[in-house]
Amino acid sequence: MEPGEIHALLGENGAGKSTLMNVLYGLYQPDEGEILVDGKPLKLKGPSDAIAAGIGMVHQHFMLVPVFTVTENIMLGAEQVRGGIAGFLDRRRARREVAEVSERYNLRVDPDAVIEDLPVGIQQRVEIVKALTRDVDLLILDEPTAVLTPQETEELLTVMRSLRAAGKSIVFITHKLGEVKAIADRITVIRRGKTVGTASPEASRDELAALMVGRNVRLTVDKGTATPGEPMLEVAGLVVDDDRQVRAVDGVDLTVRAGEVLGVAGVQGNGQTELIEAIMGLRPVLAGTVSLGGDRIDGWTTKKVLRAGVGYVPEDRSVDGLVKEFSVAENLVLDIYDRPPFGAGLALKPDAIATSAKERIEQFDVRTSSADAAVGTLSGGNQQKVIVARELSRPLKLFIAAQPTRGVDVGSIEFIHSRIIRERDIGTAVMVVSSELDEVIGLADRIAVMYRGRIIGIVGPDTPREEIGLLMAGISPDAVSERADAAPTGGAATDGGPASDAGSASEDEA
Amino acid sequence: MSTMAVPDVAVAPVDEGFWTRNRKVGLVLLALGLLAAVLFGALATDQQARFTLSDDAAGAALEINGTIGAILFGIIAIAAGAALVAGVPKRWFVTVLGVGLVGFVLSFLCWQVSAAPTGQNFMPLVNIIRGTFILALPLIFGALAGVLCERSGVVNVAIEGQLLMGAFSGALFGSLSGNVWVGLVAAAIGGAFISLLLAVFAIRYLVDQVVIGIVLNLLAVGVTGFLYERLMQTDATKYNSAPRFGNWNIPLLEDIPVLGPALFRGNIFLYLGLLLVLVIHIGLFRTRWGLRTRSVGEHPTAADTLGVKVLRVRYRNVLLAGVVAGIGGASYTLALYSFTKNMIGGKGFIALAALIFGRWNPTGALLAALFFGFADQLATYLGAINSVIPSQFLAMLPYLATILAVAGLVGRVRAPAADGKPYIKG
Repeated sequence: MEPGEIHALLGENGAGKSTLMNVLYGLYQPDEGEILVDGKPLKLKGPSDAIAAGIGMVHQHFMLVPVFTVTENIMLGAEQVRGGIAGFLDRRRARREVAEVSERYNLRVDPDAVIEDLPVGIQQRVEIVKALTRDVDLLILDEPTAVLTPQETEELLTVMRSLRAAGKSIVFITHKLGEVKAIADRITVIRRGKTVGTASPEASRDELAALMVGRNVRLTVDKGTATPGEPMLEVAGLVVDDDRQVRAVDGVDLTVRAGEVLGVAGVQGNGQTELIEAIMGLRPVLAGTVSLGGDRIDGWTTKKVLRAGVGYVPEDRSVDGLVKEFSVAENLVLDIYDRPPFGAGLALKPDAIATSAKERIEQFDVRTSSADAAVGTLSGGNQQKVIVARELSRPLKLFIAAQPTRGVDVGSIEFIHSRIIRERDIGTAVMVVSSELDEVIGLADRIAVMYRGRIIGIVGPDTPREEIGLLMAGISPDAVSERADAAPTGGAATDGGPASDAGSASEDEA
Repeated sequence: MSTMAVPDVAVAPVDEGFWTRNRKVGLVLLALGLLAAVLFGALATDQQARFTLSDDAAGAALEINGTIGAILFGIIAIAAGAALVAGVPKRWFVTVLGVGLVGFVLSFLCWQVSAAPTGQNFMPLVNIIRGTFILALPLIFGALAGVLCERSGVVNVAIEGQLLMGAFSGALFGSLSGNVWVGLVAAAIGGAFISLLLAVFAIRYLVDQVVIGIVLNLLAVGVTGFLYERLMQTDATKYNSAPRFGNWNIPLLEDIPVLGPALFRGNIFLYLGLLLVLVIHIGLFRTRWGLRTRSVGEHPTAADTLGVKVLRVRYRNVLLAGVVAGIGGASYTLALYSFTKNMIGGKGFIALAALIFGRWNPTGALLAALFFGFADQLATYLGAINSVIPSQFLAMLPYLATILAVAGLVGRVRAPAADGKPYIKG
């Protein structure tokens, strides 16, 4: 790492990026090897050593105490105190320091806001301010854009440029090629825990992807044109609350036809989860109707919905999709264990379960030591394949996949995507919900964008990314064309001096 | 920063309609007030209900005609309930609710006192207040032990055991040495011993914290019971006759009417308990120790990434909790009674209830403990005047109140997020 450099660390999920950085931040201990800072080897016993050495980290899952204020979070671990051994907190000084840092780097935060009331983008800003108040020279950003809208991502890149201009070095961990190309000075690609190459930002997307995966992968999904049939799923005026009794879905109308993929795009937390859970009978429908092939299914139990021919890949596979301690074979029959040939009366038929498990492991390319291995020991991609295998092994009318490839390696993504398209081509209605815009664009025949519990627009897959991005940020179709024109100039005009200089400089390089 | 609109993703809150939680509470209060005015008013007699400002029937007193009082205070409760239903600003909610509940209790007392056997139509306030505090004392210590433990993320079900072990070792070593201070230190160490077991099993060996807590309670009952039978019963003068702390009168403060004699002629434990509430409250919310304790109880991973030693903070807090509870146990054996088998008798669990009812706050815990202490004292008083209300009914109150609190009827009760979850690095 050089001072004032943005170094991208690129690799697929599970390649070892985060682990490497956790070692660098002192959270894990290295088994072998050493870390050099300014030419001197450094022994990190814990995060406090790393902070002392000038290394700061913004974790993928924010390390903020939700019930604390911004100031409390920032001062934690480096408290300014008065009163000797009693150690009274000097909040005023801490607040001043926060204000100073956020002023200097143009990172506006309210020092007295409580974290849990802040939107994700601002929380991330707090994380960056937290690192900066500790005088770090090297900032590690671990998958910082995973939870941001395209606009918030753009803001983050601006912040990164201004930090670079201030002489800070940044390690930018990601698996998104576009962002790497937009901002990095140097790129290191990691695969299976090894550095497989360094590249410059001029390298093409395909080259980088090939380095990352180790073979050429298709970044676009191969698919023919859809032949939509009759409406299969019809949702009308749906209203659903979330766990805190706050309105999450607020009057949604949707139709999914047989033989088409409807993609649902949107920043997480805009009601997508609740929408699907309501369709699946996992969450009470407060108003509106859900019909499957003409039959009202709202108010049905989940079991009845599944038996009616609905396949469901839940968004959090480890919590809702699998029983981690159960074997692969058991997980493969969770939906129909009580039906012949797998169950009869009170008893299970282990032989039938094992035979079918073997077949499906083969069919769906699940990499596991055996069908009896606990599913929790598999990699993320293979766990996901187990769920997909289970859900696609029934005759389906409707297939709902939520975040089907989250935390899944590129090879498995490709496989899962091709399976989803195959399901569409045999005439199943498919609904894909994903916060990865590329995934939605790649798979969908029509894209519905959700914002604050409503469908803010339904567009075709050829719509420019930027336009969908604006929809995701709640800017409705009428305003889109104007805002899209105004955005670049508006953005540059308000940038601080060093920030905009750095911004244009790096764009020249690219 | 770009000017691009990046609206937050929060969704609009649901319109609760007219019957908000506050209004529902008001409705319940209104019903209680009606019950008080009608039923208590009808049952009360024409006797004067005297609330004397002393230990006995003598001296100045607040007096009111029983029937009039019961109806009047009932009407106050009704008015408060009606105000809540009509809608009061949020910040007035607690005050109005408080006024209403006090009205209900006073209406009840007017009935009880006026209906007492002739010659006993008085309630000695000094006595009641002092009794409330004395009965609340072990609860205060116990609940503070809970606060210390649970704010750092370790569930403390072992309060009962810590109190009992404190009481026992205070009695034993106080007797052996003949010195109250030695007894006090021994009590603190006894409580800390149970805490140490809790800490090691919960933090080091990741045993389920509720299970280990219950086991430790049983262990404490077993060990102290066994030693009690083997040592104390065979030679009580040697092993179970600890010296006791006397009452210390605090100059000036003891001359305050009613409160002076009730609170400022107490023993060291009373003062220590109240002081600890203050110290722990300030400590938790104003100091580095408190910030780190709370961060470890809410989000240990975040604390760890900032260099806070999560496990060390937890060990320290759990041990401190044991010290506090141990001293609480000694408030029995070094001030009031000699040790008897299982003498804590479930107070540790009521302390746990006070902790939850007080929302994991030292001051909240104090108020909850006082409320439970008052219920306890009232039961004793009602027994003394041959009330028709069975004392078991009042003994039920703490648990009933806790169930209501946990069910969320008195506002949102939120435990520290990482309470009960062991921290495993990485």
